[in-house]
Amino acid sequence: MLRKVLPHPWLTLVVAVVWVMLVNVITLNAIVFGLILGFIIPIITAAYWPERPTLRNPMMIIEYVLVVILDIIRANIQVSLIILGKRNADLQPGWVTVPLDLRTPEAITVLAGTITMTPGTVSSDLSDDGHALLVHCLDAPDPDAVAAEIKDRYERRLKEIFE
Amino acid sequence: MSILGEIIVSILLLAAGFFGLVGSYGLIKLDQPMTRLHAPTKATTLGVGSVLIASMLYFLFFAEGITFHELMISLFLFVTAPVVAHFIAKAQLHRNWKPGDLPAPGGRAKSWSVYDQADEPAADDTARDPAKPGE
Repeated sequence: MLRKVLPHPWLTLVVAVVWVMLVNVITLNAIVFGLILGFIIPIITAAYWPERPTLRNPMMIIEYVLVVILDIIRANIQVSLIILGKRNADLQPGWVTVPLDLRTPEAITVLAGTITMTPGTVSSDLSDDGHALLVHCLDAPDPDAVAAEIKDRYERRLKEIFE
Repeated sequence: MSILGEIIVSILLLAAGFFGLVGSYGLIKLDQPMTRLHAPTKATTLGVGSVLIASMLYFLFFAEGITFHELMISLFLFVTAPVVAHFIAKAQLHRNWKPGDLPAPGGRAKSWSVYDQADEPAADDTARDPAKPGE
């Protein structure tokens, strides 16, 4: 019964908080309307998102976000140096296959998004059984090292958060 | 306090301008469609990110107080940008690449999902298909 009324309790909370931030004033008005949206939207979209993801270790999210932000800054500088300093002929762009240990769709989505937001790599496709990710690298002299870094830095932490 | 705030905001704005410029220049300079995709997706992360942080700090230091709109912009940007990049990459793979040019997915996967044939159902689906002749 509770599952029917509240298919995604976390989504309810996120929608309410996002609404209050969009309105940009913390009033009872905004909070109540945010909660109304937070109840309606998960119920309407429940058909497209039947399973409820489990968060095994929510505190790990903070560490994950910090690691990703640091990596974005570091890699942005690297990519800027590549764009400004390397001739196109010296670039070694290439494809990398990242085999996935993650199985939950939410975790794979977060991993693919993180790979794209981290400069130098774009996640391009998923294998047809969903167990490997195709990543394009801007400059990868050593493709195996890229895959190993993605697995160690991001996938290991996501596995602790989601599975 | 106010001079320190101005310095921080200025540095962030300069960084934003620099990374935005490098991202746009990369779009022209890089010569393959797939490497071109890297430049704009990167400019959004640090370029737009710094200008948003600068705006947030400016309002915190010199104006009416904390605002959440910049946080929301970066949140929506971080949610939508990878999806768009993923679809551009998929369209590019579909039109200009052959499965043979890509590394194998490994494991039991036959190929990458772009190359799945919609009109060729998997083996276990054919049994359930009532429109199939001869069943």
